[in-house]
Amino acid sequence: MAGTWCGAWRLSVRRPPSLVGVKVLASFAAAVWLLPYGWMVTTSLKTLGEIARHPAAPFPEHAQLSAYREVFELLPVARYLAVSLATATTIGLLQIVLALPAGYALAKLRFVGRKTAFALVVACLLVPAQVTFVPVFLMLSKVSLTNTFAALVLPFAASALGTFLVRQALVAVPNEIIEAARLDGASELTIIYRILGPLLWPTLVSIFLVSFVFHYADYFWPLVMTTDETVRTLPLGIALLKEPGSGVRWHVVMAGNVVLSAPVLVLFAVAQKHLLRGVAGRS
Amino acid sequence: MKPRSASHPWLMLGPSVVVWTLFVFVPLGLAAYESLFAWDMLTPPTFVGASNYVALGDDGDLTRILGRTLGYSALVVSGSMALGLGLALLLDRPGRFFAFVRTCIFSAYVVSWVAVALLWMLLLDADRGVVAAGLRALHLPRIGFLSDPRTALLTLAGVTIWKVTGYAMVVFLAGLRSVPRALHEAASLDGARALARFRWITWPSLKPTAAFVATTSLVVSFQAFDVVRIMTGGGPARATTLFVYAIYEEAFMNLRVGRASALSVVYFLALSLLAIVQLRAWRARGVERGG
Repeated sequence: MAGTWCGAWRLSVRRPPSLVGVKVLASFAAAVWLLPYGWMVTTSLKTLGEIARHPAAPFPEHAQLSAYREVFELLPVARYLAVSLATATTIGLLQIVLALPAGYALAKLRFVGRKTAFALVVACLLVPAQVTFVPVFLMLSKVSLTNTFAALVLPFAASALGTFLVRQALVAVPNEIIEAARLDGASELTIIYRILGPLLWPTLVSIFLVSFVFHYADYFWPLVMTTDETVRTLPLGIALLKEPGSGVRWHVVMAGNVVLSAPVLVLFAVAQKHLLRGVAGRS
Repeated sequence: MKPRSASHPWLMLGPSVVVWTLFVFVPLGLAAYESLFAWDMLTPPTFVGASNYVALGDDGDLTRILGRTLGYSALVVSGSMALGLGLALLLDRPGRFFAFVRTCIFSAYVVSWVAVALLWMLLLDADRGVVAAGLRALHLPRIGFLSDPRTALLTLAGVTIWKVTGYAMVVFLAGLRSVPRALHEAASLDGARALARFRWITWPSLKPTAAFVATTSLVVSFQAFDVVRIMTGGGPARATTLFVYAIYEEAFMNLRVGRASALSVVYFLALSLLAIVQLRAWRARGVERGG
């Protein structure tokens, strides 16, 4: 950070005008990303007539929450939200529970076939769900598992990326910790979950958050794997608010957008540091 | 280290391997198998050999889908990288103001594609959107954005760039930390201009990061689906039917499982090609960062 401080000093003392230009540019960038959100919120407070009459008016004449009331009347928002949160949480937790032992075996144990196993992980890293969704749908419908929670969660229970990251983090952990625990009579499960798990806490939090945010927002997989209400997720429900054809009720759609985005933006605000580490430190 | 028992490593890998077998490897084999049949999910499938592939090649569908997807990916990758790098250089400064701007830009990456796509449909509505109102106020010609086949794919790429630039920026910001500060300061004392410093100091140490961002965004943009399904449904006139959407359309709207499977197989091969490039780039970055 000392370098950053020097940089600031250099900029402010030697070339003060350039920082003004930088701030103007930065403000412009902020506007490009913030104003659309602002538009989303103000539109959700307008009436439909107002949106049609004054498409470019930034603020509603009389702000009202009727669009939000309508969203909650049209959709069982609480249930969709519960399904989305449960899906994202279960996937995140399962990925950690499975990635810890797999990463431990790959990082710390010597066994015949380790290279093959590692190649397997890398191979999975490179095959996204977009390649396999048709056959997976056919498989699941054969055993009547479409429209179930299992169809949303099980295909993502093991994360190649998570396993990879756990392995990378464990390589840096000294073997002596494990050897000492073994001498103390700790079982392998105890070593993995109670000794190494806490040591890897930052990595695990990042894996969980990246996975949670992705699966909370996911539209593709629930769309393909569900055909009815049983396990409908919130993104799917909100997308349904925009019925094709019949003239879009934009204030209601935007109210739905706010409802959909708010939880994840709050999570982002709270856990930004962990999330960024998960995203930026991907390799 | 020696495992306590020879079975331990496989017990530890077991659950993950079962999941990957069931949901990655078996489906891949199944796609290859199904691609040899004509099947509508209702009547019994009939074996047709390679004719699904032949048909894809013959009517030029495959070439058009590949071309569109590559064009979209090229736009998204170059656009989001250029913007992401520019913003990273601009915003790599201390202070709350710059941190706030960084947060704003990255937040779009976190928000659901559903919300982003619906929001931009409102903003870009060709007649009643706020962008259209702006064009009118400036006496510029009306742009169809999503309703014009000539602009629809460009529009989707633009919206995607808005959403994913934050990702490129964040990775570039991380990469900037590996740029030797001392070298920078020495150069600026020697009177090197900002542009020269970027060219000779910043960029060489950012190269591996750039390769990483490029390949990752390339693969991710090749998987685009949500934005197509919500904003255009592949239209107008199939102008935005990207690869994954084409597979979806064949399987779930045209009920042609064989053809969808053949497309999936080709898609898998295309991704594998990209993956080879990607692995090379990742390895380069790993070496630069010491593993």
